[in-house]
Amino acid sequence: MTAVLFDVPGPRARRRHLIGTVVAGLALAALAGWVLWVLWDKEQITPEQWEPFTEPNIVNLLFEGLVDTLTAAAVAIALAVAFGALFASGRLSDHAGIRWPSIVVIEFFRAVPLLLLIFFLFLGFGGPLGTFWALVLGLMLYNGSVLAEIFRAGILSVPRGQSEAGYAIGMRKSQVMRQILAPQAVRSMLPAIIGQCVVALKDTALGFIIGAPGIVRDAERIYIAPQYNNPLAVGIVLATIFIIINYSLSRLATYLESRMRREGRAVIGTEAVAEG
Amino acid sequence: MPDYPPELVARLLDGFLVTLRLLALSGLLATVIGTVLAAMRVSPIAPLRAFGTTYVNVFRNTPLVVLFLIAVVGLPAVGLLQGSFFSRAVAALSVYTAAFVCESLRSGINTVDPGQAEAARSIGMTFGKSLRIVVLPQAFRAVIPPLASVYIALAKNTSVAGAFGVTEATYQLSNLNRDFPDELYFSFLGIALGYIVIVAVISGTANRLERRVAVGR
Repeated sequence: MTAVLFDVPGPRARRRHLIGTVVAGLALAALAGWVLWVLWDKEQITPEQWEPFTEPNIVNLLFEGLVDTLTAAAVAIALAVAFGALFASGRLSDHAGIRWPSIVVIEFFRAVPLLLLIFFLFLGFGGPLGTFWALVLGLMLYNGSVLAEIFRAGILSVPRGQSEAGYAIGMRKSQVMRQILAPQAVRSMLPAIIGQCVVALKDTALGFIIGAPGIVRDAERIYIAPQYNNPLAVGIVLATIFIIINYSLSRLATYLESRMRREGRAVIGTEAVAEG
Repeated sequence: MPDYPPELVARLLDGFLVTLRLLALSGLLATVIGTVLAAMRVSPIAPLRAFGTTYVNVFRNTPLVVLFLIAVVGLPAVGLLQGSFFSRAVAALSVYTAAFVCESLRSGINTVDPGQAEAARSIGMTFGKSLRIVVLPQAFRAVIPPLASVYIALAKNTSVAGAFGVTEATYQLSNLNRDFPDELYFSFLGIALGYIVIVAVISGTANRLERRVAVGR
């Protein structure tokens, strides 16, 4: 409960809250009942709709699709980290000739919709690249640019005395960056990086649109099959799978963030991650 | 076949008009739903808080594409959400973005120092007064930057509608590429430029708004 909005409740407020709890509980139960009734009425809560998800070949299909999706997301994140590190150091460079192109690249790929990028890569280079790489490279360019900004914030969050100490003992800028700033920055950026993994994993589902391998494309094959014809059930199953994975990752990120804050260390939190 | 440059401009205008309509409508709906959810999440009533939390966790962690599948294919297949592709896209974008609006508002309210509200109550302000005069004006200030990035993300997310039967700006890339395959780079850069302008307008407005309500602290 937000302390800024409410005092510790007294007896009357507690009574009001109790009444509110009962009323709201009933209203929400009614809402849930209504949703279930509508689904029942539309014949969505029937064995025909949900039984396919117990068939071994369907479970296998979804599992293989999930592996494809996770592979694409993992490759994309790994490439994005490299891309982000490269352009973050470019943006932090002392040479304007390196700094400005880096800024343009980062800002361009952050402002352009990811789907437009993926479409462009698919339409322009889909032949040699294939759908998988069109998706992965699009993810790399977008997430890499977001990560570049996270990395930059991480480097800048290291206390200035650290780099000054490095220069004082005669290190060059690249040495200070590699041996002093980067190792300290990495820990503080961990929550934001995991948060960005959640974004990347969700965006991997966009591959469905260009037909890249992945769980959404495989799931589509289930519901367009005339013997199943259960798009709503498939959508709910898909959503549940993504929610379980992403929610666990998000919890991990917030856990790391709160642990670092407790230890009094600088931290680039998940709020640094672009929304959506 | 008409010339490329005028055709590019015409289709970009068509596309971005739809994009802007998607953005405006779903932005408005998401703001309304998100505000209600945020009020639930900070309310003293436990079931409402639980509902708000569940909503945010569900919709923030579902890929937008899957929401589009449910809204465009799943629900209409069983006779629900029978409207146009445009209205289905607005539904998917709104319920998705509402979760992010809610979180921005909630974090904004949480940045206000509890001492502010305590001070307001100790000089005898009622709940409504302390909210209106002391808490919300400060929360509003803290909410502008995260809310702006939510709307920017929404502007970019409207592109997904292009894959689900709405002829907005991103759809125009494949549309233009079909008729002018040699001009793919120009088509891409033209559409990209349009999005960059939208993003710049949103963040510029947010910056000006932020400066206007800024106070020296």
